[in-house]
Amino acid sequence: MKEYAYFLGCITPNRYPGIEAATVKVLKKFDIETRDLDGASCCPAPGVFGSFDLNTWLLIAARNVTLADMMGLDVYVTCNGCYGSLQEADHLLKEKPELKDWVNENLKDEGLEYKGNIEIKHVVELLYDDIGIKRLKEAVVAPLDAKIGVHYGCHFLKPSAVRGHGSSERPTILDELVEATGAESVDYKDKLMCCGAGGGVRTRDLEVSLTFTKQKFESMKKAGIDATINPCAFCHLQMDRGQVEIKEKFGEEFFNMPVLFITQLIGLSMGMSTEELGLNAHAIPMTEKFIR
Amino acid sequence: MSLVEDIEECGWVFGKDTVDSLYACMQCGKCTGSCPSGRITGYRTRRLMNKVQSGDRSILEDPDIWLCTTCYTCYERCPREVKTTDVIRALRNVAAKEGHMSKAHRATAMYVIKTGHAVPINDATKKLRKKLGLSEIPPTTHKYPEALKAIQDISKKMKFDKLVGFDWNTMNLEDREEK
Ligand code: SF4
Ligand code: SF4
Repeated sequence: MKEYAYFLGCITPNRYPGIEAATVKVLKKFDIETRDLDGASCCPAPGVFGSFDLNTWLLIAARNVTLADMMGLDVYVTCNGCYGSLQEADHLLKEKPELKDWVNENLKDEGLEYKGNIEIKHVVELLYDDIGIKRLKEAVVAPLDAKIGVHYGCHFLKPSAVRGHGSSERPTILDELVEATGAESVDYKDKLMCCGAGGGVRTRDLEVSLTFTKQKFESMKKAGIDATINPCAFCHLQMDRGQVEIKEKFGEEFFNMPVLFITQLIGLSMGMSTEELGLNAHAIPMTEKFIR
Repeated sequence: MSLVEDIEECGWVFGKDTVDSLYACMQCGKCTGSCPSGRITGYRTRRLMNKVQSGDRSILEDPDIWLCTTCYTCYERCPREVKTTDVIRALRNVAAKEGHMSKAHRATAMYVIKTGHAVPINDATKKLRKKLGLSEIPPTTHKYPEALKAIQDISKKMKFDKLVGFDWNTMNLEDREEK
């Protein structure tokens, strides 16, 4: 059995708790236990708070990492933004002793000390490395017969020198996870393009942000894709809620394409129900292939 | 102080080398060609690098600098290893310090100071959490007042509250003219 602290962030627990429920359940089936990271906050969003004030960004991120460090548990996340913040902050603190001193000086009053004894992981790493494709395949009881468009998001892979998951130009990790469920991962134009939400663009300029999203959905529709999957709660919100907003803003044809977080898709393949995975609470309803 | 020195100061957490990588820019335009935002807007990453290199402070007022989604595509592809996305984030710190922060962005920051979350919980999600067998309130700053206080202490210590114009009496944003 392996134990992790789950860093929830904002969007997962406060908008898409189905991601949380699905992730904890799927991991548990493979003997990975999840512990609460009590008192965690916003990561805070790397492209947003990192753009406002890098000192505040680093200190809040370091606080979140330190909470887990003091529990002695590695952390997993279900959002590329959380991954971006926590993993980057942890990386900087491990590389630069002067930053570590500065952070500890400023966290002293909170009774916290960053030591750097833990790792920040994305749940995709747990699925791929701790569990592995072979065991995931063995656990499939209800194979998916569907064409899936994978959306990687940005901060899971990039910057590749910091993240360490190899090339960001031709990743296969999520496609392999999708295909383990019996579904087919179908390539589409601009597959690796950003969803448009990051860097504060969704907040400041919704129309620009949604134009990214719209382009991705147009390409997926053309490729005959049934549903899109992602590894990021923020991309997930942008792509699910975003379809409704695209309709409102641009008045165009409704894409109506189901959006699933990777553990929700895996959960379905393992025989879990649409309802227990929180999929029926999405803005875009599931189509028949994803109702169980 | 010159613009680059200001960016170095705001971006000190990355180290001076990261910001100074911008001096290696040879204006090839690969960043612009890779930029998903530049594809649909007038934002040009190469031009931004050029203005920063030449110390043109008017870039701080240019709303286009906020059109980068921090996707890192240009950062990955730059043939001169300019740390573009980090330079952009540090540059935006300088802009924010000079008062160029939109109301919408200030509101996002306000939620973190007020609740510890940029996207706080609502009643519909509480209900859904319960239905899914999760705790109604997540074990975050939403549940632990002392954790929220820690975030508020950090905001004060870093003068983040001042930066975004947060009023502790009303627990809301101060009125401020948008620059
Ligand atoms: S890709 Fe790099 S070298 Fe080329 S213009 Fe952009 S920042 Fe400069
Ligand atoms: S990181 Fe920003 S500037 Fe670079 S390609 Fe992405 S959106 Fe464009």
